[in-house]
Amino acid sequence: MTQRLSDDLIASIPYAKTLGIRAEFSDDGLLLILPYQDSNIGNPTLPALHGGAIGGFMEVCAMAELRRRSPDLPFSKPIGINIDYLRRGKPVETYARADIFREGSRVANVRVRAWQESEEKPIAALSGHFLLPKKS
Amino acid sequence: MSAFIERLWEIGPGLVEGTPHAKKLGMKFVAIDKGLATLSLPYNVALIGDPRSRVIAGGAVTTVLDQACGLAAIAGFDGFAQLATLSLRIDYQRAAIPGETVIAEAVCYKTTRHVAFIRAVAHDGDPDDPVATAQAAFMLTGPIYKLPEAEEEEE
Repeated sequence: MTQRLSDDLIASIPYAKTLGIRAEFSDDGLLLILPYQDSNIGNPTLPALHGGAIGGFMEVCAMAELRRRSPDLPFSKPIGINIDYLRRGKPVETYARADIFREGSRVANVRVRAWQESEEKPIAALSGHFLLPKKS
Repeated sequence: MSAFIERLWEIGPGLVEGTPHAKKLGMKFVAIDKGLATLSLPYNVALIGDPRSRVIAGGAVTTVLDQACGLAAIAGFDGFAQLATLSLRIDYQRAAIPGETVIAEAVCYKTTRHVAFIRAVAHDGDPDDPVATAQAAFMLTGPIYKLPEAEEEEE
């Protein structure tokens, strides 16, 4: 996969466009970027990003990483996810990277970390099971 | 109904639409009661997660569930409070039907001094046929501002 294909992948998801998500391609996986935009704010007084926007961003990250591995197949579908919120999402750019913990024939277990200033200081983490598309 | 819940009925639509991200997704306030909150998310092409099926993204369902859980937690604490989501678990039972409004119903079944525990269901018309179910924990990050109850009128 190339940068061009990762751009196309994200551009094909209207919800990702609504959040403003971009993708950066690298050999060890996709880096997803959630640029700051006012419409992703959940608490204007703090201010803080919306927990749902951070969760949705990490879900897109998991699905994009799975899709990167088999670009010709449809998207996988979330079955169950757990999101832990660790720090306030500040009104700045946010990053996420997915790690496929286990990929079976039907289901993949994925962990996603989202961070802002430092990858060592995650603002949220997602772990979940995703139903993989049938390989025909 | 407490004075606070009555007040939430009045300000509920403003609370939801005053949340920039909720407004962006098109979320609407539906109903509120002690420890209960219902929101809706009308279908919108900007929410599509899978362009082939036109089904809305899991993240959009996650967000309306998160918002409903937060509002139910406020209704559960029975006072104005700043909250932070600690954890959110979502189980997706089936795809939301393209074109249908998603309804999120949240129940805050327990509050402690600092934490609220909430269960929620997202469906598209029939609560017994859910799109997703959620379990959440929210933490208070500041004091609770309670409204004084109106005095009972004397006869």
